Amino acid sequence: MNIPLLSIMIFLPLICAVMIALVRGEKGDEAVIEKNVKNLALFCSLFVFAFGVFLYQNFDPSISGFQFVEKYQWFGVLPISYHLGVDGISIFFVLLSVFLTPICILASWNSIKTRIKEYMIMFLVLESFMIGTFVALDSIMFYVFFEGVLIPMFLIIGIWGGSRRVYASYKFFLYTLTGSVLMLLALLFLYVEVGTTDITVLMANPIAADMQKWVWLAFFASFAIKMPMWPVHTWLRTAHVEAPTAGSVILAGVLLKMGGYGFLRFSLPMLPDASMYFAPLVMWLSVGAIIYASLIALVQEDMKKLIAYSSVAHMGFVTLGIFSFTTQGIEGAIFQMLSHGIISAAMFLCVGVVYDRLHTREISRYGGIVRNMPIFATMFMIFMLGSVGLPGTSGFVGEFLTLLGAFQVNTVIAALATTGVILGAAYMLVLYRRIFFGPSDNKDAAEMRDLNMLEKGLFIPLAFLVIYLGIFPNVVMDTFSPAVAEITSIYEGIK
Amino acid sequence: MELLAVFAPLFAFIIAGLFGKHIGALGCQIVTCTSVVIAALASITLFFDVIMTENMVDGSYVTVLGSWLSSGDFNVSWALRIDQLSVVMMCVVNIVSACVHIYSVGYMSHDKSKGRFMAYLSLFTFAMLMLVTSDNLLQLFFGWEGVGVASYLLIGFWNHKHSANAAAQKAFIVNRVGDFGLALGIMAIFVVFGSIEFSEIFDNPAQYADITMAFLGFELHALTVICLLLFMGAVGKSAQLGLHTWLPDAMEGPTPVSALIHAATMVTAGVFLVARFSPIFEYAPLALMVVAVLGATTAFVAATIALTQFDIKRVIAYSTMSQLGYMFFALGVSAYGAAIFHLMTHAFFKALLFLGAGSVIHAMSNEQDMRNMGGLWKKIPITYVLMLIGSLALVGIWPFAGYFSKDIVLEAAWADNTWFGHYAYWMGIAAAFMTAFYSWRLIIMTFHGKSRASEKILSHVHESPSIMILPLVVLAIGSIFAGSVFYGGFVGSAYDKHASASSYSNIMPAAGGGASSETHGANAWSKEYFWHDSIKVLPANDTVEAAHYVPFWVKKMPLVVGILGILLAYFVYMFRAGISTNIARIFKPLYVLFFNKWFFDPLYNVIFVRPAIAWGHAFSKSDKSIVDGIGADGVAAFSVRASKALSRFQSGYLYQYALVMMISLIAIISWFVFKADPSFYSVQHTFVAREALP
Repeated sequence: MNIPLLSIMIFLPLICAVMIALVRGEKGDEAVIEKNVKNLALFCSLFVFAFGVFLYQNFDPSISGFQFVEKYQWFGVLPISYHLGVDGISIFFVLLSVFLTPICILASWNSIKTRIKEYMIMFLVLESFMIGTFVALDSIMFYVFFEGVLIPMFLIIGIWGGSRRVYASYKFFLYTLTGSVLMLLALLFLYVEVGTTDITVLMANPIAADMQKWVWLAFFASFAIKMPMWPVHTWLRTAHVEAPTAGSVILAGVLLKMGGYGFLRFSLPMLPDASMYFAPLVMWLSVGAIIYASLIALVQEDMKKLIAYSSVAHMGFVTLGIFSFTTQGIEGAIFQMLSHGIISAAMFLCVGVVYDRLHTREISRYGGIVRNMPIFATMFMIFMLGSVGLPGTSGFVGEFLTLLGAFQVNTVIAALATTGVILGAAYMLVLYRRIFFGPSDNKDAAEMRDLNMLEKGLFIPLAFLVIYLGIFPNVVMDTFSPAVAEITSIYEGIK
Repeated sequence: MELLAVFAPLFAFIIAGLFGKHIGALGCQIVTCTSVVIAALASITLFFDVIMTENMVDGSYVTVLGSWLSSGDFNVSWALRIDQLSVVMMCVVNIVSACVHIYSVGYMSHDKSKGRFMAYLSLFTFAMLMLVTSDNLLQLFFGWEGVGVASYLLIGFWNHKHSANAAAQKAFIVNRVGDFGLALGIMAIFVVFGSIEFSEIFDNPAQYADITMAFLGFELHALTVICLLLFMGAVGKSAQLGLHTWLPDAMEGPTPVSALIHAATMVTAGVFLVARFSPIFEYAPLALMVVAVLGATTAFVAATIALTQFDIKRVIAYSTMSQLGYMFFALGVSAYGAAIFHLMTHAFFKALLFLGAGSVIHAMSNEQDMRNMGGLWKKIPITYVLMLIGSLALVGIWPFAGYFSKDIVLEAAWADNTWFGHYAYWMGIAAAFMTAFYSWRLIIMTFHGKSRASEKILSHVHESPSIMILPLVVLAIGSIFAGSVFYGGFVGSAYDKHASASSYSNIMPAAGGGASSETHGANAWSKEYFWHDSIKVLPANDTVEAAHYVPFWVKKMPLVVGILGILLAYFVYMFRAGISTNIARIFKPLYVLFFNKWFFDPLYNVIFVRPAIAWGHAFSKSDKSIVDGIGADGVAAFSVRASKALSRFQSGYLYQYALVMMISLIAIISWFVFKADPSFYSVQHTFVAREALP
C-alpha cells in the first residue's frame, strides 16, 4: 500500500475548499454559484467518506499498533516530523468525522441562506482538521490540528449562529483555548524531557513518575474542557444553543470526542502513574457530571439545551470508563463516544427538523406532532431509546460497559453513576412526551409537514447504525480491542 | 422450532411496523395474528419435546445464535435457552399473546391505527420471548427493557390523552428504578462469578456460598447482595410494594394491553427472574426472607386497595398485584415450582378477567366506572359466564385452576415452618378472603342489581363479536383445567402415592395427546421429572414436597375463606344494598387509607419527583450564576476590571514605571534564589497506584 491515504483524506477537503473559494460567476448568477458550491462540497465530502470506507476495509484489525503510517522529516531544522497513522481506536473517530461531514452539508442544504460559499469552506476545513487531529502521530501536528478545529467552529457559530452567537463563540473559543495553551506547555515539556515530539515514541517512554503529575494536569485542563467535564462544561450549552444545526452536529458528534481521544492517546499511555493518581478525582467528577447534568436536563425548556446537558452526562460515562483502567471500562468508553457521536448528532438533526419548520426550540411550542409527523416521531423514538441506553441500541453497550468497568473499581461510584440511567430515561421521556404526545394545542405545530426525502435520507443511515451497533457491537469492538489491550497492559504492570 | 417460536413475532413486528402502510390494517392483523398463532403452536410443540419426553428425561438444550458483545473476559452471546422453565413461560406468553392478538382485532376495530397497535403487541411478544429464553443476564436485560419499551408504547397508545402519556412515562421511569438494581446485580454477578452466562453461574453456586464482596463500602455476603439487587429489578417489573405505583396507572392503555402485559406476562417477569435464579437464591436465605415478606405484604396491601376501587380495570389491576405477591412469597419460601404454577394459572384467568372486562367496557361504550354499570348479565350473558369462570378461578374454588395453584402456594408457605412462612400464610389467607370479596363485588356491581347506566349507553349494549369471544373461551378452558391437569407436573410429589398428584396424573394422557405415556407409574408425572435442573431447590428447603403433608385445616382454609368472602359480598352488595357505605363510614380511616392506595403516589411525589425537579432548577440556575460566574463570565468580568485597573498604571509618570520595574526585579530575583534552594527539588511524590482508589 503506497497510496498516502491519510494525507489524501486530510488535504482533499482543503483543496476543495480552495476550489470553492475560487468559484466565480457573473452578477446575477448567485443561484448557480450556490448550487455549484453545494454540489462541490457534497461530492468532496462523499469522496472523503469513500476513502474512509476504503481505509477501514484495508485496516487489519488483528494487528495492534499504527497502520497506514506516513512519516517525513519536516524541514530538517525543526524537531517536528510529518507523521500520520491510524490504530484501532483512531480509525473510528476518522470514520465518524467523514461520516458526519456529508450529513452536515446535506443538513445545511436548505437551512443556510447566507454566505453559503464561506459556510461550505468552513465545513471542509473543519473536516480536514478533524481528520488531522485523529491521525496525527506527532504531538505538535496534533496540537496544530486540535487547535485548528477551533477556528472554523468559532466562525460557524459566530457567523451563522443564533441571536447570542458572538457571546457563545467567544466563550467557546476562550474556554477551549485556555485548556489548549496548557496542553501546549505540556507537549513542550514532554519534548524537552524525552527529546521527541513523536507520539509513538512518547507512548513507549513514559517520563518519571514524579514529573507526570503536572504534565497530566495540563493535559487534563485541555481535554476536560473539550469533553466537557463538570465544572468546565458551560461553554457547551451556549455554543450548542447558538450554533446552526450542522454546527451542533459536528460539535456533539466529533469535537467532544477529541477530549476522550486525547485521554486515550496522551494521558493514559504517556502518564500512567499520574493517571492512576488522579483517577479517583476524575471518576468523582464524572459521577458528579452525570447526576448534575441529568438533573439540569430534566427542567430545560429549550430542546438544544436539554440535549447539550444530556451530552455532558453521556460524556461523564466516557471519563468514568476510561479512568477505571479496565478493559470493559475503556472499550465501553470508546464505544460510548462513537455511539454518542451518532445519537447526539441525530438528536441535533431532529431539533433542526422542527426548528426549520417552526423557528423555535421552545419545547412547549410543540406537542402532539406524532400525528402529523409519524415518520419523524419514529426516528426520534429510535434515537431517544438509544440515548436512554436501551439494550439493542448502541447507547446501551457503551453505558453498560463503562458502568461495568467502574463497578470493578468502586461500587459506590458505579451505583451513583447508574442513577444516571434512571434520570436519563426521565429527561428524555419528558422531552419526547412534550414534543410528540398529548393533544395538538399548537396549531402551527400540528400543521408541520413530515420528513421530506432529504431528511429521511439523513436519518435512516443514522437510525440503522444505532440499531446495528446495538445488536452487533463486536464489529467495532474487535477492531479496537488490541489497541485497548495495549493500554490496559500498562496498568496491569502498575497494579 | 425454537427459532420459529421466538422470531415469528419479531417478523410480524417488522412487517407490520415497516410496511403497515402498504399492507393496510387488515394485512397487519393477518400477519401478526398468524405469526403469533404459529409461535404459540411452536411453543406447544417445544413443550412436548422438552418436558413430555420419553422416559421423562431432561430435554433441555441451548441454541447459540451468535456473539453479541465481547470485551476482555466479558463475553455475551445471543442464545436461546430451551429448558423446562423457559418452555413453560413460552407457552404461557405465546398462548395468551395469541388470544390477545385475535381479541384485539375485534376490540380495536374502531381505532384509527390498528396496524401500529398490532405491531406493538408483536414487538412485546418478541421481547418477552427473548427474556424468558435468554441464556445470559444481558440478553435477559435486553428482553426486560424491551418489554418495558413495548409496555411504554402500548400504555401511551392513545397518545392524545394526557393521562395515558403520563402513565406510560411513569411506568417506564419507575421500572428504570428497578432496572437500576438489576443492572447493578448483573455487574455484581460478573465480578463474583466472572461470567454472566447462566451455565457458568448455575454450575456450582455452592462454592460461592461463603464469599463476601465489597459493596458500597461494606463487606457483605456476595450472594445475598446479588439476589437482593436482582430482586430489586423484579420488584419494579412485577409491581411489588414500593415500586408498584405504575401498574394501576398503566390501565390507561387499551384493555388487551392490560390483559397481555399488565396481567399475564410482563409483570410475571420478576417471578420468572427469581425462579430462574433459584440456584443462587437457595444460598441467600436472607434474600429469600425479604422476598417472602415483601410478597406477602404486597398480597395483603393490594387486596385492601382492590376492595375500595370503582374502576373495573383498577380492581383487576390491584388484584394482579396481589396475586403477584402470592407468587413472590412462594418464591421466598423456596416453592419455585408453586410460584410458576400460580403464574401459569393466573395468566389464564387474569387475562380472561381483563379481556372480559374489556368486553364489558366495549359493550358500555368505554365506561369503566362500576358505579355506572349493573344488571348487565342479561344483555351480555356470554361475557358474564366467562367473567364468572375467571372470578371462580381467581378466588380459588374447586375445580377451577386457581384452587390448585393458590392452595399449593399457601401450603408451601405454611410448610416452610419459619416466622415469615407463617406470616405469608396468614397474609395470604387474609388476602384470599378479600380476593373473594372484591371479585364478587365486581361481579355484582357490574352484572347484577339495577342498571345505573344512562339510557343512551344501555341502548348500545351488545354482546361482543365472536372474534372477541373465541379467545375468551380458550382462556376460560385454561382457567378451568390448567390447575387440575398440570398440578402433578408442576408441584406433584414423586414419593407420596396418596397425594393428589397421582389422582390427577391420570388425566395427563388425554391432555397430552398420548405423547407422554404413564408407563413409569403415576409418580413419573411429578415436579422432579418436570423441572429437572431448570429449578434447583436444596433438599432442606423443599417446601413444595413438604406442602403435601401440612395439616388438614391448613389445606382447606383458603377454600373456606374464599367461600366466606363470596357470601359476604352477596350479603353486602346484593341483599343489603347500601350497607357498603355504612361500612365505609364506620371504618373511615381505613377506608380512606385503602381508597387512596395507602398514599404512595403523593408520598413519592414529595420524596422523589419534586426534589429532583427542584434540584434541577437549582443546578440550572447555579450553572449560570455560580459555575459561569466563577468560570468564564467571572474571568471575563475580572479581566475587564483588571485591565481597567492596569490601564491606570499607564499614567505616563516615570516614577510609577520605575517602581513597578523595581518590584518586578525583586520578585524575579527572589524567585531564582528560592528556586536554587536544593530542598525545592527534594519533595518526592510517591504515587500509590491502585490503592489510591477508594
